[in-house]
Parts: sequence; structure tokens; C-alpha cells
Amino acid sequence: MDRRRLLLSMAAAGAAAALRPLSAAPARSPLLEKPIPSSGEKLPLVGLGSWVTFNVGDDPAGRDSCAEVMRAFFQGGGRVIDSSPMYGSSQEVIGYGLRKLGAPRQLFSADKVWTSSAGAPQVEESRRRWGIARFDLLEVHNLLSWEEHLPKLLEMKAAGKLRYVGITTSEGRRHEEMEKVLRSQKLDFVQFTYNVLDREAEARLLPLARDRGVAVIVNRPFRRGELIEKLGRRPLPPFAAEIDCSGWPQLLLKFIASHPAVTCAIPATSRVDHVRENLGASYGRLPDEAMRRRIVEYVEKL
Amino acid sequence: MSEWWTYRLSNFLLFSPRTYYRLLELYNAAIWPAQVAAFLVGLAILVFLVRPTAARARLAAGLLAACWIWVAVAFHAKRYATINFAAAQFAWAFGVEAALLLLFVMFQRGHGRAGGARPGVWIVGYALFLHPFAGLLAGRDWRGLEIFGVTPDPTAIATIGAVLVLARGRRWLLLAIPVLWCVVSGFTLRAMKAPDGWILFGAAAAALVFALRRRATSPVTRAG
Repeated sequence: MDRRRLLLSMAAAGAAAALRPLSAAPARSPLLEKPIPSSGEKLPLVGLGSWVTFNVGDDPAGRDSCAEVMRAFFQGGGRVIDSSPMYGSSQEVIGYGLRKLGAPRQLFSADKVWTSSAGAPQVEESRRRWGIARFDLLEVHNLLSWEEHLPKLLEMKAAGKLRYVGITTSEGRRHEEMEKVLRSQKLDFVQFTYNVLDREAEARLLPLARDRGVAVIVNRPFRRGELIEKLGRRPLPPFAAEIDCSGWPQLLLKFIASHPAVTCAIPATSRVDHVRENLGASYGRLPDEAMRRRIVEYVEKL
Repeated sequence: MSEWWTYRLSNFLLFSPRTYYRLLELYNAAIWPAQVAAFLVGLAILVFLVRPTAARARLAAGLLAACWIWVAVAFHAKRYATINFAAAQFAWAFGVEAALLLLFVMFQRGHGRAGGARPGVWIVGYALFLHPFAGLLAGRDWRGLEIFGVTPDPTAIATIGAVLVLARGRRWLLLAIPVLWCVVSGFTLRAMKAPDGWILFGAAAAALVFALRRRATSPVTRAG
């Protein structure tokens, strides 16, 4: 399917949103997925973050708007939604959206343990806010007190109260410590920042995660929107069409998702048109290694 | 936070500008017409400050304390806390400022007219009449107007002005929290790229400058 047809089919899916049950995904080219190494379960290349964008408090219009983003996300084939107790009202807003959408079965719920104490009560509070029976993935937020939290999360997993365990960091912080934990602990997931300009993880973390059989979730794929803001004013490289990208967000996401060690990226957005555009990176062709280098060279010259 | 130098101002912003301004709009709609009462309270405080007596000084401080309690509960604890977990601490800080103002009411026997009195009146006048329009000038919706007495920024700015007029000794006890709030709110607004963040920094700077000035006029003490 070419890019034009793909976008048309996504637009049609949006127009039919009110009529179509969530479980009936629109027909389109195959959704690109990658397996979680520890289980083989496949996840789409693009997930949904909730940092800042879903922290809308009690604003009814804001909550409805987020629910529509989630609706478009699920209809476009998305599964992974990521949050944290640190993200203000985001967990409650996700819970509101899930209730409104009738608890979509395709959800892959990813959340975090944040504070240095109160791990178990915090997990229970987070679960209550999401309104789900259990989390698919729980990660130690920013490696905070990981020595204390990881054993408890692994206990939860062993007891069947959790499916996967991981650790997170962001924006290049604490990579050495993350490497140490990756080497010493049995993890299912790691989450850190990686994008076309922040490529520090390529040197050690990404190869190590691959060697250790650990799935990688990438946060800050757009540097909190900064990359889109800057690059959006510049022309898309001509070779973008060769990998079915119609805009910078898709190009940036395909760059990330095409790294062999990356499982999925989790851009955050509060707009339905943006979530649809982001999900477009889960379809069509991905760049090979040579194309990835061309993307980096092109962006660095801008 | 062992790598604090790697954090930027925006890293501490948990919400989008749109969400914050919507919160102000929804808050204003929910508390209407409390803004009218708050404005009248502000006018009364301004009148008391222009011609202060000991009784008027205590009345002004008492009314200010009521405003700080209102903002602590109705804004910070009930509204802002829904998008910012630090708002619970802000509510406590605003409560402490209210308590300090009430202590001033109980124990102040005269009134200041200390250095900074005249600028203090102008600062209160700014907070009351002009600050609500800062958001409009910055391009925000009129429904999110920040009114003295019910929202934190003009309340803190006005308190800085009032303390400069009323308090003589130990005025930093009363100025510390309003100044700190102006710094916190200034950084929050600047993180959202709002130009009026500079006004908050200006208010904090004014407190520093005028409070540090030596008492210029002789204190006048009357029975209230």
C-alpha cells in the first residue's frame, strides 16, 4: 500500500470512529510489530506516552479529548500506553479513557514505581487509577531505589500479578547505572531516551539490551516536541518516500523503531491527528542501516 | 536528584500551558462571583494602606490572611493539586502565610510607614487593577483572568506591597513566602514561555529592594 492510500485509509477509519466498535480495526497494510524477547509476544512499533499531555486534571473537556486520542490510538492498532505516578493526573485520565472506551482488550498497560518508599501501596493506587485488574509492565522510574523495588516487582511477576518487569531513565541520565542493572538483573524491559539527535544509547545500552534479550521502550522520541518544532519548518528529505513517511514525526519514529534492539517508541500527544500520524510509523517500509545513516546526516546538516 | 545540572526548567513542568490556563478558566467559572467580593476586599485593603492607622493595619492584614486561606484551600488544594503534586505543599505554605498575617493582627501595636511605604501602595494597586490584565496582554483568554484574593500571583504581589507599608521590624517573616511564591510562579510561567513570568520576578525583586531600604520616614503609631 502506498503512502497516500495508507493515509486515506486512516482518515476513513477516523471518520467511522463513532460507528465502529473498538475491536474492529480498520483494514490496512500489516501493522509492524516486534517481539518482546522474554516472551515472544509482539508489540506495535508505536505506543502512547502520557507525560504532560494526559495531565489535564479534572477538566472534563481535557479528559474527553484524551479519551479520543486513546480511541484513535486503539483504532490505529496501538497497544502500549505508558504512564507513571509522577505524571500528575495522567493515570486517572487514562483510567477515564479506558472506562469510556469499554476497556479495550488490546491494551498493554505500562506504568512505574516512582517514590523511594511505599512501592506496593503505590502500585495498588496506580492500578486503581487505571481501573485494570493488573499491569502488563511495571518499571522502576528513573532507577529510583531500584535495589528495593526490583525484587518486589519480580515477586509480583512470579505470583502472576504482573507480566513484565523493567527499569527506566530519560534524557541520557544514569546510563552507567542502567547498564549495571541490565547486566546483573533479569529484566523484561528497559526504557530510555533515544532519537535521531540523542544517540548515546547506540554505543552501549542498545547493544547490551539486545544481547541480554531485553525489550527496549524509547521515550522522548521528539525531545518533548522540540525536534518536530525545529525540523517541521525544514523540508522532508526526498528519500522519506522510500520508507513511506509523509512527515517528520513518522520519519523520526521510523528511525528509532528500525534500530534492531528497539521494541517500540512512546510519543506523547494530546491530539487525535497527531496520534494518527504517529501510528503511521507502524506501517509501511522501515529504513535499513544505510538509510538510517542518511537520516542522521540529513538532520545533522539542518 | 544526583544529576540536577542535567535538568532544564521545562523538565519540572508536569502540565501543558493549555491545561494550566484551562484550570484557571474552570476555577474562575466555579467560584464566580467570589472574584467580585475579593476585588472589594482588595479595594478596602488599598484604602486602609493609603491612610493607615493601627486598627486599619490590623484589618488589612486580617483581610489578606483570609485571602491566603482562600487561595490555599480553593485554588491550591482543590484545583492546582489535580495537575501538580507540589500544590499540596503550596497550600500549606499559603496557610502558614495566613497564620503569620494573623499573628501580625494579634500582636502589632502600631503600623509602619517604613521605607517602601509609597511603592508598597503602588504595588498593591498594580496587583488589584493591572495584574489581572497581564494574562490578556500575553494572549490568554479573559476567562482565565487572575484576580487578587482568589488566585495566588496577584495575592502574593499585593501582600508584598502591603507588608512594605505595614510592617516595620521582622518584615521578612511576612515577605518570605510571597517572595518565594513569586519566584516559583515566575519560573512556572517562564517554563510555559509566558512573558508575564517576568512580572513575578519583578515583584520579588521589588520586595528585596524596598525592604532593604533603610526606614525613610519616621513611624507613626496611633491607637487603633
